[in-house]
Amino acid sequence: MPAMRYREALNQALREEMEADERVFIMGEDIGVFQGAFKVTQGLLERFGEKRVRDTPISENTIVGAGIGAAMAGLRPIVELMTINFSLLALDQIVNCAAAIRYMFGGQVKVPMVVRMPQGAGHQLGPTHSHSFEAIYLHVPGLLVAVPTTAADARGLLKAAIRDDNPVIFIEHESLYGQRGEVPENGEPMRFGEAAVRREGDDVTIVGVSRMALTAAKAAEELAAEHEVEAEVIDPRTLRPLDLDTILESVRKTNRAVVVEEGWPHGGVGANLAALIQEQAFDHLDAPVARVTGADVPMPYSKPLEQAAFPHPEHVVQAALSTFRDL
Amino acid sequence: MRPTRLSRILSAPFRLLVRALIAATTFLLARESRDVGRTGGEGVTSTAMEAGDSVKVAEAEAKAAEARARAAEAHTRAADAQAPGDGQGEAERAVERRPPEDVGAEHPLPEPEACRRILEKMALIRNFEERAGEMYAKAKIGGFLHLSIGEEATIVGTVDAMRDGDYLLSTYREHGQALARGTHPNAVMAELFGREDGCSRGRGGSMHLFDLERRFLGGYGIVGGNLPLAAGVALSCDYEETDDAVVCMFGDGASNQGTFGETMNLVALWNLPIVFLVVNNQFGMGTALERHSAVTDLSQKSAGFGVPGHRCNGMDVLDVHAAVTDALEKARADRQPQLVEAVTYRYRGHSMADPEEYRTKEEVEEWRRRDPIATFRRRLAGDGVLSDQDADRIDEEAAKAVDQAVEFADQSPFPDLASLYDDIYVYGDQVRGWHTVDERSPDVHPGEHEREAPEVSHELAEAGAAYANVGNAQERRRRQRGNGEPDEDEGEGEPGADEREEEGGAD
Repeated sequence: MPAMRYREALNQALREEMEADERVFIMGEDIGVFQGAFKVTQGLLERFGEKRVRDTPISENTIVGAGIGAAMAGLRPIVELMTINFSLLALDQIVNCAAAIRYMFGGQVKVPMVVRMPQGAGHQLGPTHSHSFEAIYLHVPGLLVAVPTTAADARGLLKAAIRDDNPVIFIEHESLYGQRGEVPENGEPMRFGEAAVRREGDDVTIVGVSRMALTAAKAAEELAAEHEVEAEVIDPRTLRPLDLDTILESVRKTNRAVVVEEGWPHGGVGANLAALIQEQAFDHLDAPVARVTGADVPMPYSKPLEQAAFPHPEHVVQAALSTFRDL
Repeated sequence: MRPTRLSRILSAPFRLLVRALIAATTFLLARESRDVGRTGGEGVTSTAMEAGDSVKVAEAEAKAAEARARAAEAHTRAADAQAPGDGQGEAERAVERRPPEDVGAEHPLPEPEACRRILEKMALIRNFEERAGEMYAKAKIGGFLHLSIGEEATIVGTVDAMRDGDYLLSTYREHGQALARGTHPNAVMAELFGREDGCSRGRGGSMHLFDLERRFLGGYGIVGGNLPLAAGVALSCDYEETDDAVVCMFGDGASNQGTFGETMNLVALWNLPIVFLVVNNQFGMGTALERHSAVTDLSQKSAGFGVPGHRCNGMDVLDVHAAVTDALEKARADRQPQLVEAVTYRYRGHSMADPEEYRTKEEVEEWRRRDPIATFRRRLAGDGVLSDQDADRIDEEAAKAVDQAVEFADQSPFPDLASLYDDIYVYGDQVRGWHTVDERSPDVHPGEHEREAPEVSHELAEAGAAYANVGNAQERRRRQRGNGEPDEDEGEGEPGADEREEEGGAD
């Protein structure tokens, strides 16, 4: 298995799917001549030309809307937005159109489109470029939501997203673009709704979303080394559909659960998962479901403040240990 | 007391607030009286009860009207008290709307067959909209209802200039567009009634009609929301190297949305085959054109983005037809997107819940004198193409078709409650059923319970339907009041108070 960076894996998925299907094209701000703000689309313009790799004006709502219209008329567009914060400008088109169109028109039409964008803090980009909004999109029926963590998942899930007939919100992470990982050679798309068990353990289940799956894995090593706690780490990989079965199976074994996410606490992924776990595995829980989230503040710029505003392994360790407290 | 400068400044927004309050109160009261009518009339079969109910309805309506008048009076008094000595409100409101006589040109009549077709379509739309208004008053139609009476020439002139392969996108005032495009009146009326045979299977309602076969890609409820979509459809025409083009219709109010400028720029940049048709009916809801747009010649608004504009007389079907034909030709052949502003007027309110405080009866009357159908009929008769008798027959045929549409819609079933979760997703490799993405109940999610999913969805739907008072309401009411055979599921005896509460709060 060749190792490659997360951004290269995404690039390869785009290339392969564009080779395979003439109807697939990509558009976004600075993805062509500039090769992408995070270089995910490097070389695509040269390979596929301006018809299929389209630089757009800075008009997020209209770019996404045009993607939806093109998808309704039979194409398979991929729209790149520069960050998830910018996708809020397109929230109208994503929620009122992409997610609703098939339903509100009685199933006459489909919207096979992918909206790709990175999220996450850590680069001192301040309060308008650093947030994590997977919970906003998780909220909306009609959308699929992918949050790949590894290079292999990035490639496999993006291929699946492009081939799927539903609108997919594909959330990458700014801090993961440079991460290396092994990628299987067969190039097959992966299935949505299949969580990955990153580490097996019997004592506590830790669910980590997006980059937080890596943070959770680091915390698990520390829990084993320092506290003799064997944590099971689960990366859901997609939030809609969600592989709740794998999470519940693990919780029924460990009787303890911690959910780790980078986004805000209220109405977050952890809030949702905590509700689902207590609804469906209440009798198996030995402690309340613990949540580790980003701080309930707009992301600050200053480095120490920013670092304090999103979860690190030590926060996860503390949360995991808290589930062992005497109640 | 003379108002100080400051109090004058403060009083203007206050007056607007008061007007909004009056409108809201009137709207709420209007709904209330409709709901009384609905509860009284639905599902009642005995003649005696019908008579009793209609008296009740009449009483309730009279009461509601009285309350409306009282509320309006009280608000006016409050406004006067707050804005002493300010007599400018009326004058501000009565700005004269631009008449369309200075817009457009005379055109020769097309072939007699085309003339007849155009008149038929306009008559169908007029009759359909009038009946829809009646059906709304009878509570056969829920939600909002936006009628396009007065805009028939703009609609038919535009759609008739399109080819079958062209795409049309519209706003939430789009019954006429669907009808002009050829969607059967039965399917449109059934959609308004929320029935399974509606053109969007009852999911969309009046604001969200759709007919893929006729390339009518929808009504959209967000002002300005359809422009980006239309650009995408035009992009697909270009991408697939077809000869098809797109027409995107929207109102004067949408020209103030960000999507307007964004979309104009994008289509001009990419040379897409698209025509934007601005239905300038003079009002964005209740805000007059000159109060919502700094540039009131809307045909000028797109030019700076690279989309040339042209203005036509929206009350003259031939002028609209000529303008759109020309624009489509340029968009299709020269890959030069175009904008056409049709200056027109809607006779009715923004929606059925509009007290029309913002314009005078005289203004509406003045525009009615330019009626697009009457004008076209006079022209046809004058040129000896179609006699008045022939035109009357066309109108009668249209009325008959609409009668049939109402009958059809009334017969069509409400969507099956088990279909609540249909068509949210395309099922396939990634989504194998709605239950894979919906974990709302412990019985639903785990894979081993998948077989039970349809039943659970039905229960959820049933609970929702009881609240919304659709389906077999009579039976449900009887059961919940406890004067029928007690339902096994419901337990015995009187239902809980909250249950009745829920029923009473329906809608």
